Amino acid sequence: MTILSNTITIFGIDTPWDVIYVIIIAAFLGVEVISNVPAILHTPLMSGANAIHGVVIVGSIIVMGHADPGNTLALVLGFLAVILGTLNVVGGFVVTNRMLEMFRKKEKK
Amino acid sequence: MENMDLLKISYLLGSLSFIVGLKMLSSPDSARKGNLYAAVGMLIAILATIFFHEHTNAETGEVERIGNLGYIIGGIAIGTIVGYLAAMKVKMTAMPQMVSLFNGMGGACAALIGIVEMSTHHPEFWGERLIIFLGLMIGSVSFSGSMIAYGKLEGKIRDIGSKVQQVFNNTFVFAILALVIYASIQPDVLSGNAIWVIFGCSLLYGILFVMPIGGADMPVVISLLNSFTGVAAAFGGFLYDNQVMLTGGILVGSAGTILTILMCKAMNRSLWNVIIGAFSASGGPAKSTEGLSIREINVTDSAILCSYAQRVVIVPGYGLAVAQAQHVCHEFEKVLEDKGVEVEFAIHPVAGRMPGHMNVLLAEADVPYPKLKEMDDINPSLPNTDVVIVIGANDVVNPAAETDPSSPIYGMPIIKANTAKNIIVMKRSMAKGYAGIENELFYDDKTRMLFGDAKATLEKLIAEVKSV
Repeated sequence: MTILSNTITIFGIDTPWDVIYVIIIAAFLGVEVISNVPAILHTPLMSGANAIHGVVIVGSIIVMGHADPGNTLALVLGFLAVILGTLNVVGGFVVTNRMLEMFRKKEKK
Repeated sequence: MENMDLLKISYLLGSLSFIVGLKMLSSPDSARKGNLYAAVGMLIAILATIFFHEHTNAETGEVERIGNLGYIIGGIAIGTIVGYLAAMKVKMTAMPQMVSLFNGMGGACAALIGIVEMSTHHPEFWGERLIIFLGLMIGSVSFSGSMIAYGKLEGKIRDIGSKVQQVFNNTFVFAILALVIYASIQPDVLSGNAIWVIFGCSLLYGILFVMPIGGADMPVVISLLNSFTGVAAAFGGFLYDNQVMLTGGILVGSAGTILTILMCKAMNRSLWNVIIGAFSASGGPAKSTEGLSIREINVTDSAILCSYAQRVVIVPGYGLAVAQAQHVCHEFEKVLEDKGVEVEFAIHPVAGRMPGHMNVLLAEADVPYPKLKEMDDINPSLPNTDVVIVIGANDVVNPAAETDPSSPIYGMPIIKANTAKNIIVMKRSMAKGYAGIENELFYDDKTRMLFGDAKATLEKLIAEVKSV
């Protein structure tokens, strides 16, 4: 591990310090945000979190966006990754919304 | 403003919306809005990536914008249409498996990113390779594991496993990790095909990991795999130095882990117990019910018993969901109320196959909200209840949770059906609940068993009650 002024070298990668902060703070935030959730909301919450990790689609767009148009393997797999990522995002948010709709409907009555 | 600045600002907005959205999702009043906020944040992050992302080509030194736009937009269009239709078409009872399915898609996406990244860019640092391999491994496990979880909840895959397999699983996962580390240091190992071996082995491990776990523990497993996918996304964020992937991924990774533990707590089990204990439960020294006999009751007698009761409490469980009997159940409630019977529902927090399953199901059937009582609210009134009808629930009414310290479910809060004056248990057969243990309640002097499919039986009951 080599420490330079602006970056820290982890596993041979120069990592900006902010990244370390982001990782630590986000991890604690995740724990904080979830604590004291009523059991009835566990499933919608799981589903909502499921949709949020669909952010992996951003990675697939980057991979696809910088893939060499001549590299068929990269194009095919990248294309597939974009589809799968979108499925995760769209399906995740829509399913969560449908679950929560049920809850709202019953509160009205 | 420069593209890069716009990208950073968009990612900040995206990350913020995830945090706020997740927070709002944990309270019933704001949950729906929270989901919407997170979705908008996601849209911003995606659009910003497409329009503003730039990347310096390592060979030419040129700054490149996102290319292959046709494929990207095409892929998003296909994913959106299929995802939307699948999510809209699925029945409320099938929600948990749908979540699992979408989770698997995210895992597969992370895995594919790793494969493409590795095979096209041949990263030169071992740390970069390690991160790609780890992302690939976790994504693949999440994908295949989620598919098995999906199959189990759909009832297509049975629980298969043994003590030997547990040992093998643990060895296997360490072997894969060892290969991941070795291949990161020595990129030429297996003539550069290590990535495919890691991919294949991780897929296999995901299957072996979920295979032995009981069907009703699936929500816990799905929640765990959910946080896995979050971690896989975070690895992607680390690789690309992409803040929104980092925050989103880690947020879900940590929140998912806590949620998994909370779910376990609601069932009074440890996570380790869920993963490892799938088979120890059935071997436990649960109280023998040999020599005890059950008493059956027919539909007519049940109808009479209910019609002349003052107060009836219905305890729904997974059997109700399987039989799709929520609407008939509501009708049964109305018929009894027309006879002047007071009817309420006792909802156990983990009844069914996901927390809140019964609330969602009965809400779908338009059962008025005030009729759904939480376990703690209804338990004190059960001794004054003439008839408790248990519909397709088992472990959540098992008195062993209170009386038998050797029982695997000992300590789990239950609905104290056994304190009521009469208990009618509707069940398809004498099969055990998911915990795989006997239920003394069925042998109680006050209990009568009414065998049959919940929906068909309820329909007959309605007809009988009307004619009483």
